[in-house]
Order: sequence, then C-alpha cells, then structure tokens
Amino acid sequence: MLAKRIIPCLDIKNGRTVKGINFLSLADAGDPVENAVRYSQSGADELVFLDITATVENRETLSSLVEKIAENINIPFTVGGGIKSADDAYKLLSSGADKISINSMAVRKPDVITEFANRFGSQCVVTAVDVRKNPKFSSGYEVYIDGGRTPTNIDALAWCIECQNRGAGEILLTSMNADGTKAGFSCDITRSVSTSLTIPVIASGGAGTIGHFEEVFSKGSADAALAASVFHYHEIDIFELKRSLQKQGIAVRL
Amino acid sequence: MIAVIDYNSGNIKSVMNALNRLGASATLTNDVKVIKSADRVIFPGVGAAAAAMEELKKRDLVDTLKEYERPFLGICLGMQLMNSFSEEGNVDLLKITDNKVKLFDKSYGDKIPHVGWNEVLLNSDPIFNGLKEREYFYFVHSYYVQASSNTIARCNYAGIEFSAGIKKDNFYGFQFHPEKSGEIGEKLLKNFVEVKL
Repeated sequence: MLAKRIIPCLDIKNGRTVKGINFLSLADAGDPVENAVRYSQSGADELVFLDITATVENRETLSSLVEKIAENINIPFTVGGGIKSADDAYKLLSSGADKISINSMAVRKPDVITEFANRFGSQCVVTAVDVRKNPKFSSGYEVYIDGGRTPTNIDALAWCIECQNRGAGEILLTSMNADGTKAGFSCDITRSVSTSLTIPVIASGGAGTIGHFEEVFSKGSADAALAASVFHYHEIDIFELKRSLQKQGIAVRL
Repeated sequence: MIAVIDYNSGNIKSVMNALNRLGASATLTNDVKVIKSADRVIFPGVGAAAAAMEELKKRDLVDTLKEYERPFLGICLGMQLMNSFSEEGNVDLLKITDNKVKLFDKSYGDKIPHVGWNEVLLNSDPIFNGLKEREYFYFVHSYYVQASSNTIARCNYAGIEFSAGIKKDNFYGFQFHPEKSGEIGEKLLKNFVEVKL
C-alpha cells in the first residue's frame, strides 16, 4: 500500500527557522539544517520549507541553505515562498530541492504552472492553495493569495482542477479557517479536492491531535498531511502518530 | 571510483549528495574513458524516456553503458532505460533486458503518477543485505517496468505488480529513489558500493 505521508513544515526567515508566538512575533527556532536532520530521523516522510522573508538579498541565502539541507537529509523536500520566476525555481531545484511550491504567482500568472511543469517536470511543481469558507462558491471555499490577505473570487475546487490541468504535480491545500486553531483539518474541502483530482493532495491547517490526522486521511481522503506547531513543540511525536494511524488501518511508513 | 552518468537528466545532485554522505568517491561524468575505467556506474535519471535516449546517443554512451562489466545501478528513469522498449514516446531503449516499460492504467482509480513511499517486497540478493523482506521506498513515476525473471523487488500499484528492482548479470536497477529513501535507501546504496559480483 502506498503510505500516507506525514510532512512537517518549517518557516524560514533570514536563513533561520522561526516559530510564531501568538501570531504576533517570531522567535528564533534554530538552524534549519539541524531541524531538518532531526525531523528526517524522527519519522518524517518529507519536509516543506517556507521562506517568509523573500526579499531579493535573501534569495541567495535561501539557495545556499537549500544546498546545505540537500547535503544533509535523505528524504524529499519542497521549498516555497517568494518564487517569482522560472530562474528562482531553477536556482532552488539545482541547489537540491526536490520540489518547489508556488502560490500567489500561480494565480496571477497561471501559465507559469505549465512553464515550470514543462521545464522541470510536473513532479517538481507543487501549487499551494490557501482557501477560506465562502458559501457563494460552489465548493464552499474561495481561494486567497498574498499570504491570505487577498480574496481572488475563484472557487477553490475549480482552481485546484485548473492547477492539475496546467501540469501541477501536487496540491498543498491550506484551510485558512482551520489554520492555527488546532481544531482539526477541514475535511470537507480536502475530500472534495482530493477525490476530484488525479494528483496527490497534501492537507494543511488545523492539526492539533493524532485523531485529526486519522480524520483527514479517512474522512478527508488526503494523500499527505502537513503540520508545523504540533511537531515543533513536540506535542505530537511522529513515530507515535504513525503507530496510531497504523492501528486504524491507515498505511504508513514505519 | 564511481562514475555517475551525466546526460542532462535531473536528480543527479541528490545522488552525489547521498554518495558523499557514504564517503564514497564519485565523479559526475559523460567521458567514455572515465566510465570504462570506473569501479561502479550509477545511471540516474528523471524525465522522459525518448529525450533521455537522444541525450545518450548524442554523447555516444549507448554501447559504453551496455558493455559495462562491473556493478551498474540504474535509478528511476535510468532503470527504465535499461529495458527493451518504452511506451513513453514509443522508443527503443538500451536492451540490457527484454522487458517493456508501460504506463500505469489511469482507469484503475489510483492517482498517477505514483508518488510517495510504497512497500517493496525484496528477494534474497546481496544488494539487500541487512534489509527486511518488506521495506518502504520513495517513488515518483508514471511508467513502470513489467515484472519478469529479472525482477528482484516487487511493488503493487494501480492494480498491477511491477518491478521495483531488477537484476541481470552485473546490472541492477531500482524504480524508487534510494537517495531519497531515508536510512533504508542509504543502506541499499552502501550495499551497492560494496557489492562484489
């Protein structure tokens, strides 16, 4: 059986891992390379790094960081945040990232999805889609960009299907309603996206307990689940999570 | 010294990184003389079969690879290219084995490409020393090598059992990415670096 994937996410600022405190300030959370090695040894199936600085000077810092991460870990990883051109993407992939993730740029210029897929292969192209509940849309959710600040008037499911048709290899679907609440993933939209697509869907936002992961795989039909704080703060141990999923009959790599 | 074949085919950096972590001496090359004198060859690859065959022909590497006599390891597309024919672009391959490379059946209902960690059933072979009979490895592919007498590792997906690993004489091939398959993948690469045939 293909295993359901557990993916810790690390936020990167100026080459360091950062953690949000009460959504207001950021605290330094150590060296991303050390964090990545620790996660890769503690059962993570894959890692996602999101650069939240994304200024021009920091692009260089980021690609040398990606190079160090690639030298030191032996599982796949995705890098996203602030990718504005095929050259930005190429730099990260040639530094050793397995995949890059694009978000706002994909909505503003959907052609880049196809451009990246043709140039680097679909398997390298993850489109991150941030969605918020809105009953006006047929899937019940609307796509937001610019870190969740700007509504797009685009239906969440329709956009995910378009991403797939344009050549995306995976969808990283974040529910803004659930994000930060620790009250569980949004299984409704995850399920409608995952069962409508032929590419894998990574569910993100809302993980608080082991039960939430069970739910997003069983009820939400997610192919993978991503979380940040529950792993950073050691609230959930990945091996323990996987053993529990296995007991529920969910295939995991142990 | 291990020659890692450079033919403009992606994922080479992660293979080099993995070999460095093992402390193996490896060089990225498409120089026929260097390849012929290497103790080992690793033949990686990501992308489309037809384009990759063109790149090999352009560099005059087809016979050099086929005639190589020491331990050889094809990874992902590299493994597929060792076979006879691919449905991807309907192209003739290196013909190290007689097997065909086919597209997964999209109507079966499993997501294509096959992406992620899947369980592999391993035969007994020195390359699997220290591994269990069933291990998880990381896959990313839409085409597969059909099961045959060359199969040494099997995996199930989209309703079929395909070759996750093949062996013929000195030639090994793996559909999954050992360089991205955690500690188990690293053990496998180490076995390849040390295997005696």
